[in-house]
Amino acid sequence: MEITPDAFIFWQHGIFKLNATIVVTWAIMALLVIASWLVTRKLSPAAEMSRWQNLLETVVELLRREIREASQQEAEQYLPLIGTLFLFIVTANILTIFPGYWPPTGSLSTTAALALCVLVAVPVYGIASQGLVGYLTQYVRPTPIMLPFNIIGEFSRTLALAVRLFGNIMSGTMIIAVLLAVTPFFFPVIMHVLGLLTGVIQAYIFAILAIVYIASATRTHQIAEEKNKEEQAHG
Amino acid sequence: MDNLTWIAVASIISAGICMGIGAVGPALGEGRAAAQALSSIAQQPDMTTTITRTLFVSLAMIESTAIYALVVAMIVLFANPFWSYMVSRVGG
Repeated sequence: MEITPDAFIFWQHGIFKLNATIVVTWAIMALLVIASWLVTRKLSPAAEMSRWQNLLETVVELLRREIREASQQEAEQYLPLIGTLFLFIVTANILTIFPGYWPPTGSLSTTAALALCVLVAVPVYGIASQGLVGYLTQYVRPTPIMLPFNIIGEFSRTLALAVRLFGNIMSGTMIIAVLLAVTPFFFPVIMHVLGLLTGVIQAYIFAILAIVYIASATRTHQIAEEKNKEEQAHG
Repeated sequence: MDNLTWIAVASIISAGICMGIGAVGPALGEGRAAAQALSSIAQQPDMTTTITRTLFVSLAMIESTAIYALVVAMIVLFANPFWSYMVSRVGG
């Protein structure tokens, strides 16, 4: 029994391997891109619109609202990254309703790549919003003693992000496989439904945690600024 | 018993212990979180949507500690590096 889709290798040339994870990831990317392209070709600004446009507008609006609530900032600058992460993970997890499909999020390489995107995005957004010095001084707050712990925390939360998504999806697949061998027909279906719910919740959590991490790197400065303004106003 | 059997015995026992002990903490935590959320909903039914959403997120985060134990147990059972090493030595 294999625990990741990395083990299915379609094609190999030297050290280059084309395994199920990569192929399914490409398929999901193509599906998302082609579906979005097809829908956005015929957009209508009127109240009457196609049902697919309605779906996309709902999704984008939901993402914007969640980002705004979680970060307490304008959603526009974060929407591309967070939206991509959420849409990819949720599509990868929901497609498990098709038999014979291995979710690429059940492979640690995929989730580690997604978590590394967040690891890189946090300093990028942080430096863009408050400058290099402003971002780096966060690491010595509240005291310089916390510097090593802040750095460790940066990496451990990335690891947690990757392992959480991987563990949830992989365990869902494994439990279904084990149950199919023990009690076929009925119980695997129930676990499958639970797996779909878990998949959507995990996608939501991944996106929310990503925006919370990014917001924590960009927001402290603004709060301090507001405090300064208040003090000046009172003083 | 030879080495391979020892590795198999140790893997199975440690996977069971890992999962058993690893599930205790998250189970207690999830129980507390759910009980608190239910009493909050009973006190403030207007906030049900917010409480439920936050509850789901926190449940999944608490659960991830159990998932870490599960990942370790799965690796020990199905992708054990020592097992593959010993098998390759015996086979080779």
